[in-house]
Amino acid sequence: MHESIQYIVNFLYAAMLTGVPLMYGTLGEVITQKAGNLNLGVEGMMYLGAVFGFWGGYATGSPVMALLCAFAAGMGGALLYALLTVSFKANQNVTGLTLTIFGTGLANYIGTSLIMASPTESATVAANVINAFRPVRFGFLTDIPYLGKLIFSHSWFVYLGVALCVAAGFYLNHTRQGLNLRAVGENAAAADAVGIPVTLYKYVHIGVGGGICGLGGAYVALVTCGGTWTYNCISGLGWIAVALVIFAAWSPYRVLYGSLAFGTLSILRLYIPGTVISIPPSIFSMLPFLATILVLVITSIRLTREKMQPRGCGVNYFREER
Amino acid sequence: MQPTTPIIAGQPLAIDLRGLTKTFGKVIANQDISLTLREGEILSLLGENGSGKTTLMNMLSGIYRPDSGAIFIHGQRRDIRSPIDAFKLGIGMIHQHFKLVDVLTVAENIVLGTPAEKGMSRAAITRKIADLSLRYGLMVDPNRKIYELSVSEKQTVEIMKVLYRNARILILDEPTAVLTPQEIDRLFQILRRMREQGNAIILITHKLHEVMEVSDRITVLRKGLVVDTVERANITSDALVEMMVGAAVDLSLKRPEPEPDAPVLLKVENLCVRGAEGELKLNDVSFDIRAGELLGVAGVAGSGQKELCEKLAGLLPAKSGCVKVIDIDNNMNEVDITHAHPRKIIGQRVSMSFIPEDRLGMGLVPSMSIADNMLLKTYHHEPGPLVRRKPAREQAEKLIERLSIATPSALTPVRRLSGGNVQKVLIGRELLSKPKVLITAYPVRGLDIHSSYAIYKMINKQKKNGAAVLFIGEDLDVLLGMCDRVMVLCGGKVMDIVDARTATKHQLGALMAGSIISDSKKGEALA
Amino acid sequence: MTKPVIRAVQRTDIAPGVAFGFRALAIGLALCTGGVFILLLGHNPFAVYGSMLRGSLGTEIALTETIKMTIPLLVTSLGVTLAFRMRFWNIGAEGQICIGAIAATYFALFHADWPGWVLFPVMMTAAFVAAGLWGAIPAVCKARFGTNETLFTLMMNYLALYIIQFLREGPWKDPAGFNYPKIARFAQSAQMKGVLGIHWGWIVALVLLVLVYLYMRRSKQGYEIDVVGQSENTARYAGMNVSKIIVRTMVFSAGICGLAGMIQAAGANRTLTESVAGGVGFTAITVAWLSQLNPLAILPVSFLFAMLQRGSGFIESIFGISNAAAAVLQGVLLFFMLGCEFFVRFRLTVRKEGVSVHA
Repeated sequence: MHESIQYIVNFLYAAMLTGVPLMYGTLGEVITQKAGNLNLGVEGMMYLGAVFGFWGGYATGSPVMALLCAFAAGMGGALLYALLTVSFKANQNVTGLTLTIFGTGLANYIGTSLIMASPTESATVAANVINAFRPVRFGFLTDIPYLGKLIFSHSWFVYLGVALCVAAGFYLNHTRQGLNLRAVGENAAAADAVGIPVTLYKYVHIGVGGGICGLGGAYVALVTCGGTWTYNCISGLGWIAVALVIFAAWSPYRVLYGSLAFGTLSILRLYIPGTVISIPPSIFSMLPFLATILVLVITSIRLTREKMQPRGCGVNYFREER
Repeated sequence: MQPTTPIIAGQPLAIDLRGLTKTFGKVIANQDISLTLREGEILSLLGENGSGKTTLMNMLSGIYRPDSGAIFIHGQRRDIRSPIDAFKLGIGMIHQHFKLVDVLTVAENIVLGTPAEKGMSRAAITRKIADLSLRYGLMVDPNRKIYELSVSEKQTVEIMKVLYRNARILILDEPTAVLTPQEIDRLFQILRRMREQGNAIILITHKLHEVMEVSDRITVLRKGLVVDTVERANITSDALVEMMVGAAVDLSLKRPEPEPDAPVLLKVENLCVRGAEGELKLNDVSFDIRAGELLGVAGVAGSGQKELCEKLAGLLPAKSGCVKVIDIDNNMNEVDITHAHPRKIIGQRVSMSFIPEDRLGMGLVPSMSIADNMLLKTYHHEPGPLVRRKPAREQAEKLIERLSIATPSALTPVRRLSGGNVQKVLIGRELLSKPKVLITAYPVRGLDIHSSYAIYKMINKQKKNGAAVLFIGEDLDVLLGMCDRVMVLCGGKVMDIVDARTATKHQLGALMAGSIISDSKKGEALA
Repeated sequence: MTKPVIRAVQRTDIAPGVAFGFRALAIGLALCTGGVFILLLGHNPFAVYGSMLRGSLGTEIALTETIKMTIPLLVTSLGVTLAFRMRFWNIGAEGQICIGAIAATYFALFHADWPGWVLFPVMMTAAFVAAGLWGAIPAVCKARFGTNETLFTLMMNYLALYIIQFLREGPWKDPAGFNYPKIARFAQSAQMKGVLGIHWGWIVALVLLVLVYLYMRRSKQGYEIDVVGQSENTARYAGMNVSKIIVRTMVFSAGICGLAGMIQAAGANRTLTESVAGGVGFTAITVAWLSQLNPLAILPVSFLFAMLQRGSGFIESIFGISNAAAAVLQGVLLFFMLGCEFFVRFRLTVRKEGVSVHA
């Protein structure tokens, strides 16, 4: 009995960890879309965050610098996107895609360069950076059977993500700025008419959203990959995050369990013993993507007014259009 | 053109505009505009579509900025750089196209963009809204979502929005376009109450009788210039029209008499159509139209007019009931087209044409040339897999000449044309097929007077040629002046079909609002 | 509040020369930015760009390789262009290439004994049909439920990739591969022969170019695609069956991408690997966009991108610059092109601050 519960606890724990980068990426994209912009560059921003977070940690040996660099890099990519779509009215789909191509290329480029410059042919951040993101202990709370492991023994990185989700949820639903942001995303012309600075709101939230995506990338580079630069480390997480936004119905709170659900699917293969069901690993790997497609189709069949993509998404706002 | 009227003692100027000019590219929207507005006054800004009224007001509300000229508010020169500046100066604008966020509540829309005051809880906001409602006689539940509201309720929210910001100067852009006469009366009451409380109000409109009813002074714009400013008491409607259009215009509407016993061409029986969410958009609708008859349809926006048109054109499925056309050249053969494909309806012996209200979003492809738009309904008739563009181009060129459409060439994208010319292209194309049944939805919306009357003439010509015409309109004067009968829709139901020669506007208004008038009362309403 | 001194005004018209000038300027600026990037890496930009040119065009072999890279890019771009003209955001070309390649590979592996004049048409048909059906799935959902096609087609890329992985590790594993999971090399008879030194995929690509051009510009179906892309309401109003058009166009779009997969597998790689698409599907989207969805412009643009890719591979060996630099340069180029379209569509005017006051 104890062993099977322990097994399930281990499974859930691993699922949570797998879901963390998705949580960051999805939250970042939710905030972006709330501003009325569909940014398909999540993958690229996560790559930027990963490589600059890694580089920050690698060059300075400081975990804080690593996080700051990751955030700034993700934000930089997002602001480039904002410049092109908000100010230059470029097509959002293509601009996002370009950001992904660019981010992926730049990350792999810098990563490979770091590896090539290193005498050991591999690049790993200093131990203190890795250690900074190891699971922490909350005294006796951590020792509570099962619950302690599930709730009180994560890395600060995980708690930060959860806190960001909760904070974003509060911000959107209970503050005046959050209300303004929703108005900007739903109907930029209406927001403009009541004097909300639409362009500023878009830049800020696209930027912050990108920064959060960048943090997700840093999690992959510093925690998932254990602080050693890995070629193509994001490998599609950003795209799943874009899809998860739909699953989360544009609510930061629902990002939390959405990412957990997808984390579960991603690691299911490792926790179902091959002797029970023998399914080729490649089929298992399809699960998160299949699930995303299912969610997409189901949500498109049953739409409710409140759980829809912000109406302004994908359409650039131009005031003097006539 | 300086203000010609003396300033009434004790009434300071709320607004004083001097020489405002605004251009968009090569288009001069406003040129050297000067006007004044006193406190406690309602000023009507009268002008045709495209005369520059909206541009002028957008400069006052901070959405556009003038290229040159000066704005004085309460005697001080001001530079209104943004809507926030306008609010700070107490200027509130109620736009023709509502600027509301659908998924937010009434209260959220009202407070949107206002600075959050400390200690201003949701309850306190609700209280402030309730106070306003009481003072001005406005009624709408602050906790409802905008998408649940009717058109007139949405307008009420827009008014509350500006009052909540303590606006003392209100600008209303075509506020009556979508209201019933009764709702218009109520709106005017609210405006008069605001005037009593010392507010200054600008009413932008092109409807003369409203101008005559509610305003103190009238400023007339034409082609971006101020024609004159006059006292309401010293002017007649006819003189206003002449100022507005630039020449004496015969505004009388023609109503060619249909032949007394012409055969019925279109018959609709007990038609029910569902909307996207399963609700009934058309509920048990029955009517018929005779050859050479013009049946008008009146109703508040969203009463099922759109669904009726789209159903008749074969674009929507029917839940029940039927639509029939009668082939008078073939033994009065009844053809059931309830479930027919749009192409069959267009191409059948009793052909039907539909001129939709959304010209560029439904009737035409804006980025395509006039010639390519000619192909829209005929391309599939041609043999083989290829499109033949040459005949279409020739056809387009003929149309341009016949209807004197102003365009550089037949290859110009439709979106570059002005509204009136766009409509000419659309109607011209639809009439090419010589329809027996013609359906038009708001055919003159957004057009200037000359274009409007050109369109009315085209419709009357179809009527004389023996077509059965369904005319969805919003201007009740036009409906009553042009149609033979008027059908009133409310909530998808036919309230009544009245004789346009004898019915009154208020009778239509009551029906539009859903009150059924018994025959005895009908007499009273007529009296 | 800051006051915007510069404001944008939508152009009603622009001379083709001016538009061309803007775009040429954007490419120039992109190259400069790329040059600065190279300079920061400690290399001479002129030397690097020079070697990229030499590496992609300088020798006959280099040119051949560049053309080989152009072929799948050209074909795939033509495919996505069809969908894009309909405003259907087919981001799934990558997966559609894989599916086309899988279908073609089946016949190459198990029916290599068929005569060439049967085998190749069958492989092409199989690739087109399989990828077309694959692409029809999101199209049907879009047409029926309005499902977001961008994300749907995107997710299907991963499914296609894992199907190849599954085949490689299981059913189609090469028995002669010493237990290393790979798919066997195609038999000689199932490989596309060279014509003028390059496998005959280039002929297919050029024929497709002409066909797609004629289809889009001259055919009724091409006209329908444009109408649906502009406004579904207008299409319905004109009596078009919008669902049918969406699905049909997407079948063609995906099918053409599938052909690219077949060409890659049978012509370039001579086997099926997970990298059969290798990012071509994504690059093709940007190629199509940069070509303004004009099939005739796709030919030079895809050649340019192939040069970029090929050149980056070359400079990797000479300067030790990672070939990921190709993606960086591609991104920079695209950013500039996207930004430049703004100046083609809008005119900037400086606000006149000298206000004349009428006393």
